[in-house]
Amino acid sequence: MKILVGIKRVVDYNVRIRVRSDGSGIDTDGVKMSINPFDEIALEEALRIREAGLAEEVIVVSLGGNECQQQLRTGLAMGADRAIQIDTDADLQPLTIARAFFKIVEKEQPGLVLMGKQAIDGDNSQTGQMLAALWDRPQATFASGLSLSGNTATVVREVDAGLETIEVDLPAVVSVDLRLNEPRFVKLPDIMKAKRKPLDVISMDDLGVTAENDLKVSHYAPPPKREKGIMVEDAAQLVAELRNRGLV
Amino acid sequence: MSRTLIIAEHDGQDLNPSTAKCASCASAIGQEYDIVVMGSAVADIAKQAAAIDGAGAVIAIDAEQLSKPLAVSHAAEVVTMADGYSHILGPSTTYGRDLMPRIAALLGVNQVSDISAVEGPHHFKRPIYAGNAIVDIQAPESVKMVATVRVASWKALESTGSATIEERSAAASASSHTRYVDLQSGGGERPDLQIANRVISGGRALASKDNFDLIYSLADLIGAGAGASRAAVDAGYCPNDMQVGQTGKIIAPDLYIAFGISGAIQHITGIKDAGTIVAVNKDADAPIFEVADIGLAADLFSVIPEMKQLLA
Ligand SMILES: Cc1cc2nc3c(=O)[nH]c(=O)nc-3n(C[C@H](O)[C@H](O)[C@H](O)COP(=O)(O)OP(=O)(O)OC[C@H]3O[C@@H](n4cnc5c(N)ncnc54)[C@H](O)[C@@H]3O)c2cc1C
Ligand SMILES: Nc1ncnc2c1ncn2[C@@H]1O[C@H](COP(=O)(O)O)[C@@H](O)[C@H]1O
Repeated sequence: MKILVGIKRVVDYNVRIRVRSDGSGIDTDGVKMSINPFDEIALEEALRIREAGLAEEVIVVSLGGNECQQQLRTGLAMGADRAIQIDTDADLQPLTIARAFFKIVEKEQPGLVLMGKQAIDGDNSQTGQMLAALWDRPQATFASGLSLSGNTATVVREVDAGLETIEVDLPAVVSVDLRLNEPRFVKLPDIMKAKRKPLDVISMDDLGVTAENDLKVSHYAPPPKREKGIMVEDAAQLVAELRNRGLV
Repeated sequence: MSRTLIIAEHDGQDLNPSTAKCASCASAIGQEYDIVVMGSAVADIAKQAAAIDGAGAVIAIDAEQLSKPLAVSHAAEVVTMADGYSHILGPSTTYGRDLMPRIAALLGVNQVSDISAVEGPHHFKRPIYAGNAIVDIQAPESVKMVATVRVASWKALESTGSATIEERSAAASASSHTRYVDLQSGGGERPDLQIANRVISGGRALASKDNFDLIYSLADLIGAGAGASRAAVDAGYCPNDMQVGQTGKIIAPDLYIAFGISGAIQHITGIKDAGTIVAVNKDADAPIFEVADIGLAADLFSVIPEMKQLLA
């Protein structure tokens, strides 16, 4: 079985992003970029499945410009067998990304596609579900537990009400949550080795996928600021303040 | 065809308040709206939905294959009724986030996630980057609009109405490739975080599962819901459904009190819409104080017992 893993290059989660003052976008100049943290967890899970002998090959896939090869190389250093860059400079929306993934899925015929539950830049939380719909296969989102047995995956999902367990037939799309695993650290020799692993580049045009009916983002603004608060000295003052404001 | 369809959320017994919040967003869009309730034995839930002010019709679809909240079957069903609607809305809860993109892709349209404000029938605002930027989004008018509604941004509409209820059987066929096994709910009897007026949260500083009793007892004293930071959940001090933040629950209680939470952006994004934010942290420089309306730099292990005495 092959496992496909979606890896998105995003602004590192530690960076405090700034909106450009003219409202035209987010200032990403010189900002640290990383693999979307959820995608690192997705990749770690794929590697563990392969190491358990339940998959033969792990392929990392990213849509983006050449700069996303950096994240693909990190994925290869973590242990992926090969990488595919779908080359595009456009700022694509999840439906188009899902369509591009579906083309790769048709070609590679994976038994499992692992994605992050959301990309922390757009916070869309759509791509995995959309791919599953286009592919007409099961989806298991927000996974915090995953076990494979034969042709079935049992997935524990973090839902608002608690932990839901579902069973899906493979192939399926699973989107992962933070508590699924802790990704391994990349070791220096692995970075060297990763340089020799195959990284194929396919252009969006060659895939035959074009964006349509896109949503247009017209303006970016910083969130409204909260008014400056007060500090109190002790629990008694705190409770008095809460009572004053009619909150308790 | 300028009509909105709202996908109702429920647990088999009660309508989730997210539905009345979606209705609030639908009325801001300014079109008539219907509500679809999918499940088995949903007559009671359909009645609750029919009470939401302004609902045109409630479509109750009773079918075994819809009895569990599985996106595959619910999406297939919604797609069969999409024709009469220009807008299809669901909540930004895990149910809606799982379901709506599947509907959007089956219909071949993009989805707007987390609508926080409506500027026009095809013009919305939504947060990105964990709420650190708010964008204006224009959806094309030529295709259907599928979206999730950021429930923390909307007040539930009142329930004084009585829409007609139309009962239907399922139009889509069941799919066998996805099977529901079970649900283990972590929470006890405390109010649901997404509806609670008050929420008391604890962070890594609580340092153990036992110490979380401090949070629970204070919460119970004032009828609050209990929340947590990711660090506290990861460490196993409390169940995952208590996590507040970018990847947990986004909440908007009147009062939010954070004990021993540092205030990482991923946490703050979950509480930005709270009425009053209170932070108790022994580090006076903790970033949580930047967003707190009332701050107290002190040790939570002495503050909570004192507060309990004063509030008892
Ligand atoms: C992709 C991603 C998504 C994330 N999503 C979320 C999310 O949804 N929600 C979330 O919360 N986090 C999330 N995080 C994690 C987040 O970045 C922080 O790591 C986390 O919020 C820290 O939790 P904390 O404040 O409890 O712990 P810490 O940062 O360790 O803070 C503990 C605080 O307690 C204080 N303290 C210690 N002892 C005491 C005492 N006795 N009395 C009073 N104060 C005391 C300390 O001064 C400190 O400020 C996410 C991270 C990533 C990468
Ligand atoms: N440009 C991309 N390249 C690779 N994977 C992506 C890309 N965009 C989204 N994904 C995958 O889809 C998941 C969900 O993204 P989103 O729907 O944008 O929140 C991510 O965690 C990735 O696994």
